[in-house]
Amino acid sequence: MTGAHLGPGPFLPAAIRRQMAAKRQHEKVAFGVLWLLALLLLVPLVGIVGYLVVGGLPAISWEFLTQGPKDMMRSGGIFPAIAGTLLLVLGSSLVAVPLGVAGGLYLSEYARPTLFTRLVRLAVVNLAGVPSVVYGLFGLSLFVFFLKMGVSVMAGSLTLGLMVLPVVIAATEEAARNVPQSHRHASLALGATKWHTVRHVVLPGAMPGILTGIILAVSRAAGETAPIMFTAAAFFLPRLPQSPFDPVMALPYHLYVLSTEVAQADPKVRLGTALVLVTLVLASNLVAIILRSRMRARLGGGGV
Amino acid sequence: MSRDPSSEAAEAASLQVTPAGPHPTPRPAPPKVVVRPRPEPGRTPRRAPAPEAAAEIKIRTEALSVWYGSMPAIKDVTISFERNRITALIGPSGCGKSTFLRALNRMNEVIPGTRTKGRVFLDGKDIYAPGVDPVEVRRRVGMVFQRPNPFPFSIFDNVAYGPRRHGVTSTSELYAIVERSLKEAALWDEVSDRLRSPALNLSGGQQQRLCIARALAVRPEVLLMDEPASALDPVATGRIEDLMNELKKNYTIIIVTHNMQQAGRVSDRTGFFLHGELVEYGPTEEMFTRPKDPRTEAYITGRFG
Repeated sequence: MTGAHLGPGPFLPAAIRRQMAAKRQHEKVAFGVLWLLALLLLVPLVGIVGYLVVGGLPAISWEFLTQGPKDMMRSGGIFPAIAGTLLLVLGSSLVAVPLGVAGGLYLSEYARPTLFTRLVRLAVVNLAGVPSVVYGLFGLSLFVFFLKMGVSVMAGSLTLGLMVLPVVIAATEEAARNVPQSHRHASLALGATKWHTVRHVVLPGAMPGILTGIILAVSRAAGETAPIMFTAAAFFLPRLPQSPFDPVMALPYHLYVLSTEVAQADPKVRLGTALVLVTLVLASNLVAIILRSRMRARLGGGGV
Repeated sequence: MSRDPSSEAAEAASLQVTPAGPHPTPRPAPPKVVVRPRPEPGRTPRRAPAPEAAAEIKIRTEALSVWYGSMPAIKDVTISFERNRITALIGPSGCGKSTFLRALNRMNEVIPGTRTKGRVFLDGKDIYAPGVDPVEVRRRVGMVFQRPNPFPFSIFDNVAYGPRRHGVTSTSELYAIVERSLKEAALWDEVSDRLRSPALNLSGGQQQRLCIARALAVRPEVLLMDEPASALDPVATGRIEDLMNELKKNYTIIIVTHNMQQAGRVSDRTGFFLHGELVEYGPTEEMFTRPKDPRTEAYITGRFG
């Protein structure tokens, strides 16, 4: 049917008009439901952060952030735990980032589709699924006992690094695969070697994605308790480690100790510690988002 | 060769709008046998004696075949390309002309599952001989792709990419190369004041000229162009064609095109591919006015393809 004999203006038959109105109604309902669901996503985050801020903010002070614990951790500060977590995050990144980026690039750029490659990929996926407490036990037997590192920053960093390695590998591989094939071809056609192409075209193009993966890994490493409780974390240690083979305090473990082992602990201290931990993780996420968008802007053209 | 619908549409548009006469376009006869010396001495050890005053052969293939897996894409093609000429390769989609082009700078090797047999001589030396580095071959035989594919870097870094990989580090030297290449690609006037801005902000036609500049920056001897204008509008297409006519003074150009008017407008010689075979090869004018093979005639008169 053509619109010719209907003429201009709103002269559609009533049945069709009713149908269209019903469709618009459905549209509104569907949109409303989706909007509500999206709103629901915000509730837990706002709830948790709000709870922590309300309960923990009173505990936060200059002293809390810069001093060691006092009075069997019932008061004083959490500086050694903050420093310890930062050290562990740094150490685990030093392990996971070079290995993970190299592994991801290998899988995406060099690996031929052989049985070996499939096995490697399978291993990566499964490693990502191993519970963190198992990493802790593994680190305890390999690094702490067998390699005689003792409970130390070193052992904890290696354990955490292994734990987050699959995250970095997967993110790198995915990001590298998203670099258009035509960029590789352009580079090769200019007489660049494969390595040059990977180094100067694929890696920069994949950088925003790799960065996302690294930050995910860092957030995870910062927040995990199980892998470090046997390998790195000290129950109570008012000073900073003097060498990589000293134990450290760490925020998540400290929080665990405060919540389970310290009698009559001030809940303010507990919530304050949790607030600091969550702030650290959220801040690192924020930094990653900013870095990534700046990188994308520099690469140009809107969506790369 | 898969082509996406948008480039098909762009080409259709250019077919309609381009103010060119019916093909074959009358064009001046190619200049008779001008063997221009290369601007760079030293890389041309072989100057053929050429007793019959034939134009010098820059690149030629001998019984070249390419397979994708077990599927033959190119069968036994023997062809010679003259120095400082534009040679067009035409044929319907999937006839293997793009595959053939990529065989000339060993770019098929980066596609898994391809196999090449036969020989390709560049200045008389087989580029498929054992011990020949494909990386060096590709530096000497540059390539421009169907869709503009600038890197997501700045305009400057795009053009400087090749020279940097080949060891040029001094900024002033790089700048000189970038300026020269952009001028050669007729893009300098449009971008000279924003060399540091992202290449992806350029228009499609500018991006393709940038890709040409990027290819020229490594001083290739041969330039392979795989349907370089098929994703562009008629105006941008015209600029690329003018540019090719300039470039042939210094380079040997081989262009794959879907567009027969384009082949007629720009090329000195034309080769017609069908089902992976070279059906006919000769001076463009002759090919379009007096094709020898009935299949060629059928194709250029639009009976299939």
